[in-house]
Amino acid sequence: MSAKIFKARHAMGPLVRGTALVASDGFSARYDLDRIKGVFSRPAHKLAGQSYVGKILVLDTAKGGVATAWMLHEMKSRGIVPLALVLNSVNPILAQGAALGDVAMLAGFDQDITAAVPNGAEVEVDPAQGVLKLI
Amino acid sequence: MKLNDEEQDILAGKAGPVPQLALKHQIKVGDFFGAKDFVPVTQAHIMADTESLGEAGVQWLEGLAATTEGQRRVRVPTITDPRGTDFAKAEWLGQTSAMVDLERRAIAAFETLGVAMTNTCINYQTIQPPTRNEHTAFGDTGVVIYANSVCGARSNFEGGPSALSAGLTGRTPRYGFHLEQARRGTLRIEVDHTPASLNGWGALGGVIGRIAGNYWAVPVIEGIEGAPRSDQLKHFGASMASFGSTALYHLVGLTPEATKLSDVSANDLPVHRVTKADVEALQRSYHTDDTVDVVVFSAPQLSLYELADLALLCDGRRFSVPMLAVTSPQVKPDSDRMGYTARIEAAGGAVLSGMCFYQSYAREISEARGWKRLATNSAKLVNILGGYGYRPMLASMEACVDAAVSGKLVRT
Repeated sequence: MSAKIFKARHAMGPLVRGTALVASDGFSARYDLDRIKGVFSRPAHKLAGQSYVGKILVLDTAKGGVATAWMLHEMKSRGIVPLALVLNSVNPILAQGAALGDVAMLAGFDQDITAAVPNGAEVEVDPAQGVLKLI
Repeated sequence: MKLNDEEQDILAGKAGPVPQLALKHQIKVGDFFGAKDFVPVTQAHIMADTESLGEAGVQWLEGLAATTEGQRRVRVPTITDPRGTDFAKAEWLGQTSAMVDLERRAIAAFETLGVAMTNTCINYQTIQPPTRNEHTAFGDTGVVIYANSVCGARSNFEGGPSALSAGLTGRTPRYGFHLEQARRGTLRIEVDHTPASLNGWGALGGVIGRIAGNYWAVPVIEGIEGAPRSDQLKHFGASMASFGSTALYHLVGLTPEATKLSDVSANDLPVHRVTKADVEALQRSYHTDDTVDVVVFSAPQLSLYELADLALLCDGRRFSVPMLAVTSPQVKPDSDRMGYTARIEAAGGAVLSGMCFYQSYAREISEARGWKRLATNSAKLVNILGGYGYRPMLASMEACVDAAVSGKLVRT
């Protein structure tokens, strides 16, 4: 059986495999996360209370300010970081943060990626090919 | 990306390892967004509070600063966003010596790299506003949206590493809002209400930011009456950028690229109506309690005019809960000189300088001082602080000062 594959228009970082944590909501490291505990902490966020550590986050769009550009790097240094970020749309800050932190990232799909990937699915993020695969 | 001779030399390491590393970082980002080449920038502005950097980020900066080979100083004027503390008030805020030490290390590294520690998020009011079509590399979303929209300058959101890289190389990848076509409107907003208060302008910006929804959306806004003041557009843009990650808006007939609707908008754009009720609903959604632990005026830092208004409201009052007013190092001496600081302090308030509340270990401050229920007139601040464990409430400056006196926030 062939894997289901989604092509992204923007990609960077290393190839990774892991469990998808999916929500139709935004992402900002400063606004949404308790970076000490490694969980989503913004009460209104659809993933509030859930751990993001080691997960492949599949979310809608980048939100908020510029701090994420440093915070991915800082979280990675402590091992409290998502494995990859997969979004319908990103802003420059997420891309800059992924570049500094060497975090895999895909963005820009022909469909709503948060509806296409089941929460908890095992997925592969392959930035060199610019694709997300459901394993 | 297409590189010119100078850029190829930088990439080859001929200017030394620091600009080489910076250019490599910029190429990664430029390639991600499909930038064809670089554009020279005239100034850069770095967001780099140590809560964001952490030990890892500070060590990264120190590594650059310790490099003695080649060029390690910035090539264009490069300034900083607020720090993570006001050193004079760190103990009162409940910040630890480890936090303060990390700040001092970051500052030392930046100074070695030639960065000017302006520590302000209102550089468009206090340092040097950019001019129309000036390409810059600004950090802090509130700075970018003001520079793009009100000044007609050209900047993307440049996070700390990218803004520093732009300072070191004197250029930035040409994508996003450096390109003419990205600056056209993508949606129209018709408003039926022009706010008067700063919290009202912030709430309106928040409503529009939520509708716009992402970085690449450019709202074209009609229906604003009169000529908004800089402080009003400061709160409007900072909130829109916070709620929507928005980096550019046009006010038809007011902002420089939108003399008329057709300058920035096609005929077939989707139209959204924003009413006074929408703005009030956003404000009411943050009226979650009637008791406050602390009152904060910050995000963005206060202008001299805001401090003058605040001083007037403080006259003859006595606060029962802490009240913080946060401004820039450029404004604070004038506030002292005009007597505003003394009048605010006489009521029991504190005027802090060079930091911004949410960039200053807000979670740790909350835990150290027992501050949870926070009243402010900043829509941007209420949008951010929920994730830090606060229960933030949005109200007018007048209502917030009353709350500092009584400990109770009257719902408006």
